[in-house]
Amino acid sequence: MNILYVLIPLSLALVALACWGFFWAVGAGQFDDLDSPAWEMLRDESAPATPVVEQSRDDA
Amino acid sequence: MTVCFHCGEPMNGSRLQAQVEGQAQPVCCRGCQAVAELIAGSGLGDFYRYRNTNSARPDDATWQHDPWRAYAEPELAAQYTVTHEGVTSTTLVIDGLRCPACSWLIDKVLQRQSGVREISVNAATGRAHIAWAGDTCNLADVLRAIAQLGYQPHPMDPTAVVRSHQEERRTGLKRLAVSGLGMMQVMMFAVSVYAAEILGEQMDPTLLSYFRIISLLVTTPVMLYAGAPFLMGAWHAMRARTVSMDVPVGIALMLAYAASVWNTLRGTGEVYFDSITMFIFFLTLGRYVQMSVRQRTAALTDALARQLPAVAHRMQDEQIEDVPVASLRPQDVVLVRRGETLPADGVLLSTDAQLDESMLTGESLGVRRQPGERLAAGTINTGQPLRLKICAVGADTTLSHIVGLMRRAQTQRPALSRHADAAAARFLRYVLAGAGATCAAWMVFDPSRAFEATLAVLVVACPCAFAIATPAAMAAATSHLARQGLLVTDPDALESLASIQHMVFDKTGTLTRGEPQLTQTTSLSELNADEALNIAVALERASEHPLARSFAAHDSSKVATAITTYTGRGVEGDVAGVRYRIGSPEFVTAFSEAEPPPLPATSGDSMVLLGDARQVLACFEIRDTLRLQAAATIDALRNQGIQSQILSGDSPTAVANIAAQCNIIDHFARHSPQQKLTHLQTLQRDGARIAVVGDGVNDAPMLGAANVAIAMGRGAALAHAGAGLVLVNDHLPALPQAVALARRTLRIARQNLLWAAAYNIGCLPLAALGFIPPWLAAAGMSLSSIAVVLNATRLLPTRKPHVSISAELPLPPKLSERAA
Repeated sequence: MNILYVLIPLSLALVALACWGFFWAVGAGQFDDLDSPAWEMLRDESAPATPVVEQSRDDA
Repeated sequence: MTVCFHCGEPMNGSRLQAQVEGQAQPVCCRGCQAVAELIAGSGLGDFYRYRNTNSARPDDATWQHDPWRAYAEPELAAQYTVTHEGVTSTTLVIDGLRCPACSWLIDKVLQRQSGVREISVNAATGRAHIAWAGDTCNLADVLRAIAQLGYQPHPMDPTAVVRSHQEERRTGLKRLAVSGLGMMQVMMFAVSVYAAEILGEQMDPTLLSYFRIISLLVTTPVMLYAGAPFLMGAWHAMRARTVSMDVPVGIALMLAYAASVWNTLRGTGEVYFDSITMFIFFLTLGRYVQMSVRQRTAALTDALARQLPAVAHRMQDEQIEDVPVASLRPQDVVLVRRGETLPADGVLLSTDAQLDESMLTGESLGVRRQPGERLAAGTINTGQPLRLKICAVGADTTLSHIVGLMRRAQTQRPALSRHADAAAARFLRYVLAGAGATCAAWMVFDPSRAFEATLAVLVVACPCAFAIATPAAMAAATSHLARQGLLVTDPDALESLASIQHMVFDKTGTLTRGEPQLTQTTSLSELNADEALNIAVALERASEHPLARSFAAHDSSKVATAITTYTGRGVEGDVAGVRYRIGSPEFVTAFSEAEPPPLPATSGDSMVLLGDARQVLACFEIRDTLRLQAAATIDALRNQGIQSQILSGDSPTAVANIAAQCNIIDHFARHSPQQKLTHLQTLQRDGARIAVVGDGVNDAPMLGAANVAIAMGRGAALAHAGAGLVLVNDHLPALPQAVALARRTLRIARQNLLWAAAYNIGCLPLAALGFIPPWLAAAGMSLSSIAVVLNATRLLPTRKPHVSISAELPLPPKLSERAA
């Protein structure tokens, strides 16, 4: 059971890390809006000036 | 039924089309057409596939002038922006932001604005944060770009209350995380210690004290950070010599913590770290839920407060100068152009002004005002430019008073909850006395157990579950209703809604749309109806009269010239070389030589004639049309045992017509506000409980007397102020759903109260007698709170997959290609 004397402080360090990470995330506004970011992936679509969109519009 | 491709409202005979991705889509007005073509023309037609709700109908005014010009002025812009190292940023509130696809659209369009560096649009709060390079574009460009998409942007003072809301939410989340993680850690050690006790094993004393020291290390930040609001609350209450919910909580926390620290340091005796962390976690959770609900209801007040413009045109020595509204003073004279909102209360100087006072009265038809009359800030000038001598600004305006009224209403708490609080406060005094008595009694019989029993009494007796029983149910129901477009502004309203037997509708603007629509064109000569409509549309373009606006939905290839507008009567003008008149029957027949033909009998509310110098050519019937699903709503209410009635000031034929369409038996026409009130009171004297749905100031007395007052979202602000519920999106079927939900809410709140009371009363004697150790007391107290919260979560909406309205439209080949 002596391993506990190492593992428990380790787990505390992990918790402290998790807390720090969460604080950072909250501070960075990660939890301010839980709906819109799902649409962020659509940003990856190329801008309208690029050929891809133009072409598909021609097809339509 | 065809609906507008952009806003989803009925077409009302519009034949306008918008070219979207190579297909012609029907649209209901020029605003929608322009927005749809702008979106599609920018290669963003995907918006229509992604959105999960219809877009807001763009404001006509946006298309007539450029209200954003003034924001290009550096002094005005500086009030709303922050500039740091050449990058300027601002926060905007955007009206009409309804779904995440809207935020995507705004994001995409702004990205193309040169100089824009960073955009984040939050669909949940309807706010956008935008940053741009200071010299390449300005605030006016950003606002204009958003307005062109059919949204209404409002620049926000960066020091606004919103920031404090965000800060509050963030702090709440952090406290929740600290107490939650801390609780898990401490519980891990506590469970192993208890397991050893239950199994009768002897734990290694070194390991045991090691566990305790670690628990102490974890509990201390939980206590000092997450527990701070409770300790501070208790401290403030005790200094003010009152008893709040925080007092026994604070005492119990301090006692338990102090005892645990002492026992850890001396290495013997009980520790209560598990109880402390669990207790703090659940208290924090409860506070967080309550805070979320409170912030949501504040959004409506925000919307009202935003009705004033930011810029006014001040006239000084015949010079016109654009100044921020905040700098206006009484006695200043301002110019208000057509389509602009009055910036302050003032006395009319110009002759003959025409105003849209729907903000105050809910009446969408224009009102004419004479010089010397007092006009209210927030009303809109629909006629000629007018001059206004200001008599009240800022907090003294009528609008501010209304906002104030609403704020006060929001801070009130539901009656059920108030009773529970009062009961809890009484109960708390007994608890404190009981804890003292317990301590004293145990000191006599067995001093070694006195501390433990006292602690158990303090913890077990905390009426937390009792106090959150109603708010938890109300919060869940409020959140559910908000999703359906019903805002609860008076917490008592939900309680009353559950028991109503009658629902009384005011006709105009509730069951009907409250906007005149062209429903029928009848030719009275050899000129065919289409041709007549074409001429009429061309002529009416020049008019701002509300009836003329019903023609705006139609397209015309013709152009009218030499137009003269006769206020309140009609329009005269040349179309293709022929002089025509359009307007009220008297106005047109006076112009035409031939004897007017017999007019067709109509059920419409108004009639407009078109004629030339020889004869009357055509007749247009204009009426108020029924809202979508109005009849279905009435049926649903009937199934719930609620009788619907119409109580209106309109003509008997119009009311009977609407009543027949909705299948309503009891309808009363030509009622003055006083008669409406008397009718309502007669019903109430017979013991009936009544909900009133209204939208205007003439409904205000009735709304005030009703058991539950429901206002339409586009109705008058005054009606909002008096209403307990506001139907934001004017979607009628939300009403029967709300009644069903209110009934369930009440049932669940009662279950919660009963359970919490039973728990508190049942456990207190056991704790006093020493049967309950503190950890069990904390667990029991927490579990009773969880049970109450979980029971309440049954009222939350179940998550359904997003169903897109636009998904019903045939998909252009683009999407299927991509899928392949």
